[in-house]
Amino acid sequence: MKSFQNTKSALFYILPAFLLILTFVFIPIIFNLYYSFYSWSAFNMDGVFVGLKYYIKLFKDPVFYIALKNNSLFAIISILVQVGGGLVIAAVLEDKVIRRWQPVFRTIFFIPSVISIAVVGLLWQLLYNPDIGLINEALRALGQSELAHAWLGDSKTAIYAIVAMSQWQYTGYIVMLFLIAMHKVPGEFYEAATIDGANRIQTFFHITIPQIREMILVGSMITVIGAFKVFDEVYIMTFGGPGRSTEVLGTMLYRAAFRNDEMGYASAIATAIFLITLGLSLLQMRLAKSGKED
Amino acid sequence: MRITENIFRIFVLIWFIAYSIAIIYPLIWLAMNGLKSNSEFFLNTWSFPKEPIWGNYVDAWNAGVGKFFFNSLFVTAVSITIIVLLGSMAAYGLSRFKFKGVNVFLVIILSGLMLAPQVSLISLYKMLQIMGIYNTYWALILPYVAFQLPFAIFLMRSYFLAIPKELEESAIIDGCNTWKVYLHIILPMGKPIIIAAALLATMNVWNEFAFALVFIEDSALRTIPVGLMNLRSQLNTNFGVQLAGLAISAVPMIVVFIVFQRSFVRGLSEGGVKG
Repeated sequence: MKSFQNTKSALFYILPAFLLILTFVFIPIIFNLYYSFYSWSAFNMDGVFVGLKYYIKLFKDPVFYIALKNNSLFAIISILVQVGGGLVIAAVLEDKVIRRWQPVFRTIFFIPSVISIAVVGLLWQLLYNPDIGLINEALRALGQSELAHAWLGDSKTAIYAIVAMSQWQYTGYIVMLFLIAMHKVPGEFYEAATIDGANRIQTFFHITIPQIREMILVGSMITVIGAFKVFDEVYIMTFGGPGRSTEVLGTMLYRAAFRNDEMGYASAIATAIFLITLGLSLLQMRLAKSGKED
Repeated sequence: MRITENIFRIFVLIWFIAYSIAIIYPLIWLAMNGLKSNSEFFLNTWSFPKEPIWGNYVDAWNAGVGKFFFNSLFVTAVSITIIVLLGSMAAYGLSRFKFKGVNVFLVIILSGLMLAPQVSLISLYKMLQIMGIYNTYWALILPYVAFQLPFAIFLMRSYFLAIPKELEESAIIDGCNTWKVYLHIILPMGKPIIIAAALLATMNVWNEFAFALVFIEDSALRTIPVGLMNLRSQLNTNFGVQLAGLAISAVPMIVVFIVFQRSFVRGLSEGGVKG
C-alpha cells in the first residue's frame, strides 16, 4: 500500500511520542553521566570538574554495600515469592476445580497493587507497630509473645519487614500477568496432556511453563529491575534507618541529592543504578534466548 | 479420583480465602479506624468503632486530601489523554508504515521500558528548572507521559499488528487517507487494548511517588501520595483523621479497577500481545 510507505506521514504519527521519550527519558541519562564528573549543588550549576572522584567515593562508601545487599535481598525474595509463588497461584487459578472463582480471586489479589505506596506504607507501619500493631497482636494471640517486637525499629528485621510488605502489594500483579499469558495457551495442549495421563504437576512443568516462558521472562525482569529501583517503600517506612540498615540505592541517591546537596555524588549513584539495571536486563534477555535454543 | 479432587478443591479454597483475608482485612481495618477518635484508636485498635465519627472523613478532606485529590485528578487526566493519543498514534505508525529506520524508532522506544526513573531524577530536576516548569503541573505531566509511553506503545502495537489489514486496504482504495484509517478503523478496533493500557497508566500515574516528591515544592500543587506524607506530620496526633485520609485516597483506584477489571483482562488476553 503506497500510503503506508510515505515516510513523512509515518513520522507524523511516530515523532511526537518519540521526541517526548527522547527528551524526558534518554537525554537525562546522558546529562546524568556528565553531571557525575562535576562537583555541583542544586542552586549552583557552575560545577568544578572532579573526574572520577565520586565513583571512587562510591566504592569506598560502606553504605553502598549495605544498599547493594538490600537491593539484592529485595530481588531474590521477590523472584521467589512473586515469580515462583505467582506462577503456582496462577496455575491453580486456571485449574478446573477453581476456575469458576478465578475472576473474584484475581481481582482481590490485584487490589493492593492499585493502591498508592503512601497508603500501603503508612498502613503497614501501623500493622508493624510494636504496641498496637496487628502482627504483634496476632503473635500474642498465638502464644508466641516472645517473637513480638518492633519490626521496623530493629535493624535486623527492618529490611525484611519492608520486603514482606512489597510481596503483599505486588504478588497479585504478577499473578495477573501470568494469568493473561495462560489464557492464550491453546486448550488442546491440556486436553492432550490429560489423555496422555499427565497429572497436575507434570502439566505445570511440561506445558504451562514452556508455553508462557516469555511472560515469565517479562515478569522476572519487572521484579528484578523493580528491586533495584525501589525507593518509595523505604523512604516511607524507615528512610534508610534504623542506622543505615535499610538503605537502598534509591534512598542513597535521594539523600545525597536532596539532603546533603551533593548533586555530583547523587549522579554517580544514579549511573550505578543505570548500569546495574541495564546489565540485569541484558543478562535476562540472554538467558531467555539461550533457553530457547535448547 | 472424585475424593482427591474434592480434597484438592477444599485445600485451594482455604488457601485462597486466607490470602484474600490477608489483603482485605487490613483495608477494612483502615476504613474502620478512620471513624474513631484518637483515644478510641489507641484503646480499641482492633475492634469496631463504638460511635462512628463520620466527621473524620470530612476533616481529612478539608485538611488537604481534597486539594491533593484534585491535583492528582488533573495530572492523571491530562497525562492519560496525552498517553492514549500519542501512544496509539505511534503504535499505529510503528505497526503499519514501512520505511527505512522504522526499526530504529521501535528499538529506542521499547528500550525505554528498561530504564529506572531514578536514573533521570537528578538531571530531570535540573532540566525542569531550566525549562521553567519546575514546581508546576507540567513538571509531573511531561515526565509521566514520557515514562508511560513505551509500555503503552508496546501493548498497543502488538495488538494493532493482529488487526486484519484487508479493511484498511479497501478503505484506502475508497480514497481514505491514513488519518481516517487511524480514526475510523484502528481506534475502534483497538479499543480493548487502549482501555487496558490507559488503565495501567492511570494506576501508575495516580500512585507515582518519587517524581511527585522532587519536582513539586509547593504544597498546594502536591498530588495524593506525597500530600499524604505531609498530612502525616501535620496530623501526627490525630490518627482517625489520618486514616480517613488514607482510605479516601485508596478508594478511587480500587473502584476504577473493579469496574474495568473484566475489560482489562480481555484487552490484554486478546489480540497479538504475546504471552
